[in-house]
Amino acid sequence: MIEDIELETLINDVYEYYGFDFGSYSRASLKRRVSRVFALEGFKHFHDFLSKVRTDPEYYKRMIDEITVNVTEMFRDPSFYLTLRKEVLPLLGTKPFIRIWHAGCSTGEEVYSMAIMLKEEGLLHKSILYATDINASVLETAKSGIFPLRMIKDYADNYRDAGGQQDFSDYYIANYGFAKFNENLSEKMVFSQHNLVSDTSFNEFDLILCRNVLIYFDNNLQKRVVNLFDDSLAVLGFLALGTKETIKYSISQTKYKQFAKEKIWRKIKE
Amino acid sequence: MEENKRITNCRVVIIGGSAGSLQALLQILPFVENPISFAIVIVVHRKNSDEQTLEDLIALKSKIKVKEVEDKVKLQSGFIYIAPSNYHLLFEKNETLSLDTSEKINYSRPSIDVSFESAAEVYREHLIGILLSGSNSDGTAGLRAIQAAGGISVVQNPLSADMPFMPNNAILHTVPDFVLNIEEILEFIKEINRE
Repeated sequence: MIEDIELETLINDVYEYYGFDFGSYSRASLKRRVSRVFALEGFKHFHDFLSKVRTDPEYYKRMIDEITVNVTEMFRDPSFYLTLRKEVLPLLGTKPFIRIWHAGCSTGEEVYSMAIMLKEEGLLHKSILYATDINASVLETAKSGIFPLRMIKDYADNYRDAGGQQDFSDYYIANYGFAKFNENLSEKMVFSQHNLVSDTSFNEFDLILCRNVLIYFDNNLQKRVVNLFDDSLAVLGFLALGTKETIKYSISQTKYKQFAKEKIWRKIKE
Repeated sequence: MEENKRITNCRVVIIGGSAGSLQALLQILPFVENPISFAIVIVVHRKNSDEQTLEDLIALKSKIKVKEVEDKVKLQSGFIYIAPSNYHLLFEKNETLSLDTSEKINYSRPSIDVSFESAAEVYREHLIGILLSGSNSDGTAGLRAIQAAGGISVVQNPLSADMPFMPNNAILHTVPDFVLNIEEILEFIKEINRE
C-alpha cells in the first residue's frame, strides 16, 4: 500500500494540474485503487509515478480510468428491477413524457436494462434516458451498446428474475464474442460527460438512478450529490440508489419516502 | 506460536472464512456472551442469492446484536457486522465502514484480504484477525498485513476445518500468532472480552 501522505499529494497534484477533485472520495477505496495502479505500472518510487501523472495528460487519463470503478451489469440486483417494473413504471407511465437520468452510468448496462423494460411496458417511445459519467471512455462503450458475450447468460438470468418474459436473445446480435444490443433500444438515449463532484443540475427528471456511485464518496460529497439530485427531481419523482446506499445522512427525511423495500425514494414535496 | 503475545484494548475482531466456515461460526458466535467490548466483523464468501439468510441466521443464534451494513455506517463496539455479498468491505479512518464494487480479488467479493488489509490500516494493534475454513487462498495476505500493523493473527487449526486449504495456506505462508481449534477460538474471544 502507498502511504497516506503520498495519496494526499497525488490528490493535490491532480487537482492543481487537471482540476479534478478527488478530495472528497472515500479514502479507503481510493487508496487501494491508487496502490493497485502504482504497483501494476512497475514504478519504483512514488515520485516517479507523480511526475508521470503531472507531465503526461494521456497517462493521467488512463490512470483515472483505472482508479474509478467501472463494474456494472445488466439488471443488477434483479429484485430492484422487478420493483421498478411493477411499482414505479406504472406510475411514471401516466405522464405524457418520462425523463430518466442514469448518473454514473459507467459502460451503460443498466441503461440498456431500463430501455428493455420501458419497451416491454410500452413506454420507451415517450421516454428519454440521459446517461452520464465522468469517464469518457466508458461512455463510448455505453454508446456502442456492445457488451461481452460471456456475461450474457448471467444477464439473461437477471432479466428473467427481474420479471422479463421475452426471449432475451431477441434484444441483441451475437458476433465475435460480443453482443450488440438493438439500436431501437438506444434511440432514446443521450450520453454525455458529467461530473457529480463539480457540475450542476441540467434538467428536471422523473426518475434518477445512481447505483453504487455514492459509496465512493465521503459524507460531505454524498450530501452535495443527493442535493444535486433533489434539485433535478420533479415532485413525485423517484431516486434509486445501490442496494447498500442510503440518503438518510444526506437530506431531510420529511421530503422523501422510501418506496417498497428497495433503495428507491419518492420525492413527496418540493 | 507466540503464546506470550497479548492484545490490549482490542477494538475489532475480524473473522474471514469461505466454504465450511458457517458451521464454525455457528459453533462460536452463539456462545459469546453479551456485551462485548469490541466489534465483530464477519467477511465470508457466499452466493449473491444467500444475501439475507446469513444475517438472519446469525442474528437468530447470537446474543449479540447484528447491525446491518450500509455504506458509511458507524462501526461500534458491542455489535456484529457482516460484509454484504457482492461488495468489498473497507474501513475508514473516521471509524465508518465503506463499500466498493471493484473487481473480485482471489475470485471473491467480498475479499477477506481486502477487508483485513483495510482494517489493519485503521485498527493496527487493536485488531485481531481470525481465518476459518475455506478452499481458497484469500485471507493469507490479509493476516500478514494485520500482523505487520501490530495486530494478532489467528488461524483455525486445519485439522478442525471442513475445508483445510485456506487455513493451511495461511500457515504455509505466514507465521500465525495462534493456530486454534473451534472451541479454543471461542475461549480466545471470551478471554479478550474479559480483559
